[in-house]
Amino acid sequence: MKTPLLAFNEKGIYCAQADVYLDPWKPVKKAIISHGHADHARWGHQKYITHNSNVPIIKHRLGDIEVSGKEWNETFTINGVKFSLHPAGHIIGSSQIRVEYKGEVWVFTGDYKTEDDGVAVPYEPVKCHTFITECTFGLPAFKWTPQEHVMRDINTWWQQNKDDGKTSVLFGYSLGKAQRLLKHLDTSIGSIYTHGAIENMTEVLRPQVDFPETTRITKETKKEEIKGNIVLAPPSAHGSTWIRKMVPYVTASASGWMTFRGARRRRAIDKGFVLSDHCDWQGLLEAIKETGCEKVICTHGYTDIFSRFLREQGYDARTEDTQYEGETGQLESENEKESA
Amino acid sequence: MKAFAELIKTLDSTNKTTLKVEALTEYFRKAQPKDKVWTIAILSHRRPPRPVNTTLMREWASELAGIPLWLFEESYHIVGDLAETIALVIPRSEKSTEKSLNQFLQEIIDLKKKPDEEKKEYLFENWLNLNYYERFVFTKLITGSFRIGVSQKLMTRALSRATDIDEDILAYKMMGNWEPSKISFNKLILEEHEEDFLSKPYPFYLAYAIEDEPHSLGDVAEWSAEHKWDGIRAQVIIRNDELFVWSRGEELVTDKYPEFEDFVGPIPNGTVLDGEILPFPKGKIGTFKDLQTRIGRKNITKKLLEKTPVILKVYDILEWDGDDIRELAFEKRRDILERLYAEVSSEEFPLHLSETISFKNWQEAAAERENAREVMSEGLMLKRLDSPYLVGRKKGDWWKWKVEPLTIDAVLTYAMRGHGRRSNLFTDYTFGLWDEEKEELVTFAKAYSGLTDKEFRQLDAWIKRNTLERFGPVRSVTPHHVFEIAFEGIAESKRHKSGVATRFPRILRWRTDKKIEEANTLEELRALIP
Repeated sequence: MKTPLLAFNEKGIYCAQADVYLDPWKPVKKAIISHGHADHARWGHQKYITHNSNVPIIKHRLGDIEVSGKEWNETFTINGVKFSLHPAGHIIGSSQIRVEYKGEVWVFTGDYKTEDDGVAVPYEPVKCHTFITECTFGLPAFKWTPQEHVMRDINTWWQQNKDDGKTSVLFGYSLGKAQRLLKHLDTSIGSIYTHGAIENMTEVLRPQVDFPETTRITKETKKEEIKGNIVLAPPSAHGSTWIRKMVPYVTASASGWMTFRGARRRRAIDKGFVLSDHCDWQGLLEAIKETGCEKVICTHGYTDIFSRFLREQGYDARTEDTQYEGETGQLESENEKESA
Repeated sequence: MKAFAELIKTLDSTNKTTLKVEALTEYFRKAQPKDKVWTIAILSHRRPPRPVNTTLMREWASELAGIPLWLFEESYHIVGDLAETIALVIPRSEKSTEKSLNQFLQEIIDLKKKPDEEKKEYLFENWLNLNYYERFVFTKLITGSFRIGVSQKLMTRALSRATDIDEDILAYKMMGNWEPSKISFNKLILEEHEEDFLSKPYPFYLAYAIEDEPHSLGDVAEWSAEHKWDGIRAQVIIRNDELFVWSRGEELVTDKYPEFEDFVGPIPNGTVLDGEILPFPKGKIGTFKDLQTRIGRKNITKKLLEKTPVILKVYDILEWDGDDIRELAFEKRRDILERLYAEVSSEEFPLHLSETISFKNWQEAAAERENAREVMSEGLMLKRLDSPYLVGRKKGDWWKWKVEPLTIDAVLTYAMRGHGRRSNLFTDYTFGLWDEEKEELVTFAKAYSGLTDKEFRQLDAWIKRNTLERFGPVRSVTPHHVFEIAFEGIAESKRHKSGVATRFPRILRWRTDKKIEEANTLEELRALIP
């Protein structure tokens, strides 16, 4: 049997022909990175290759690393293997990684969503033979409402809280979700305040995207000035002493998990908005169809269920264990990072 | 229905009690009387009988959603709630209904008699024409009870605010057997009807667990102590030559305990007793496991009655000579009870007195508590001698002081995804103990509670990376983590592989300091069997 173009080993997704890893979870010599979330862009590789728009993000997160940036669709060849990056629509700078060798094409999605969120460069389908896909929300129970409607609900919620004399605290991951929310908040309602982790990341991204004005909450920020306005905070701020400054406040979280009635209650959050940076069920199915692939490898999420369904649809689908963790994982790693 | 769905949505979207009470009060002020009756019925778990079995509902829902049945089942397992799963997988609709809650419930009642084809048509019609939340509520009305963090107490508080009727009186009115489809709001809540009250129990007074050492309760002489019996809390009513037995869940269970028919006659009419139903095989108090052979049974056979008879361990009297005596001090009520007991008791009579014990000091009480397992009790109950019989769980006069649980160190062997609120985490665990040769881990208990949310997330991440095998929703994991498991009781069991059944096992501590070799053996667990 010939060696597959990409193989899953204990360090990550490995291309033996090019001696390069995609989103490895253990330190390696050369890594191509799909996007800046902590479970995909890890510390300790000798050399990083990623999209230009992701370079400032991973430099901000990982410090002084050796990284080379690429353009969309720019082909770079390593030992005869052709690599190129294509928009994944997940967050700013997120790419799918296309790998071609002797006419055989594989695409690794990293994380992706098919809806245009107005911040990340929208997802573009890439034709391939083998499609390595996430399936964080690979269950028919997940059906997203268009962003426009969700953002309208969020803005209505903010206005209502303001009318009730309360501050709105909205939780979203500091990279990705926070900027997506920020971009679409209605600034005619009030001002936008930010937690330090979100402000820092947004600062890094301002050269790339036009965001509304934000104010960092510091020790000097007066309680009275925040009242009735909206505060963007990472999920780890929930239940911390930091949040006491916002009293009286109402909390909300924007995540795909908010689909489940129980998820919101478990996190003891007042309101849940279903807004995800991953594909929903239909999104995944359509994306796979559009690639024209025959083989599908499911990496993280409801992999067993999703791959079984794909097999019934006639795909050669299987599951591989990785250390990517979808939305829960981001919560975990952000917790570590931000409490450190 | 629109207003009811909106109410459920509001209740569901807050964890704050004040907001829940506010929403309910508002609803009880504005809703149609008939809808109010149904709302009370539903929130107190009196839904109409299920008109369609859930197997059919799953089949039909997966058909309408255009997904294979196995995929529906997997989704259901992860979502954790059938109505919620159905509402999620069916194509979206933004439509809303003008029909009242009462109309829906009448239709659901009528549906039961209809042929399957008509049932299916009715469900499809509603599933497709209701928006997400109304669809969820509609399906929930058919499948089961609403678990939305609204206790009977909370509902009673809201109803009291909306009607200006005292909470205790409302609690009393809402107890017992009433048919929501036949009773009006006026009759159920607003009017007073003496004759309806024949079967009505009093709301139970529930004790809190003691927080620190009992000497914080003050002078031991102000307290009465007795053992805390491990059975079913029950209220036994004798009025008008009739017997009514109520369990704590406000369920009428008279038919399940025919032994107590003996009370009618010897015990005068107008008597209400509070006590514990206990199994009494071979003339001795049995274990809770013995009692379980009686609880779930619909037909109480003669054989079962002989094998596992029950007694009422009585500890309080709430009504005497037709008078509500709950306001009397505990010691006064006990005087009445003990006099009654002295008159009626005999060897065969299924009424036993829960003896009170007096102590010179709290040390003596502590020593008696240590003795609890010997006498088949769970610890001590402490009741203030001058306290009235209150309604619900109130702090101050009654305390339960349970004996420390039994504990053992076990190894995590399997994990399963949680249900409902824990559906995206592996939170249901199976634990094993070593066999004699310390070669194999034998499953002995499952536990779902006792870790913090943070620990659950940590362990979940570890499980995902250390899975050995997958069996549907269950994963076997590398034996690595040791947990201290606490449980209330232990008995021999033929149904368990380990040969032992534990009562109420839960995780006490994550023993990160222990290696799996240091976990206990099955032998050591067996040594704990009394």
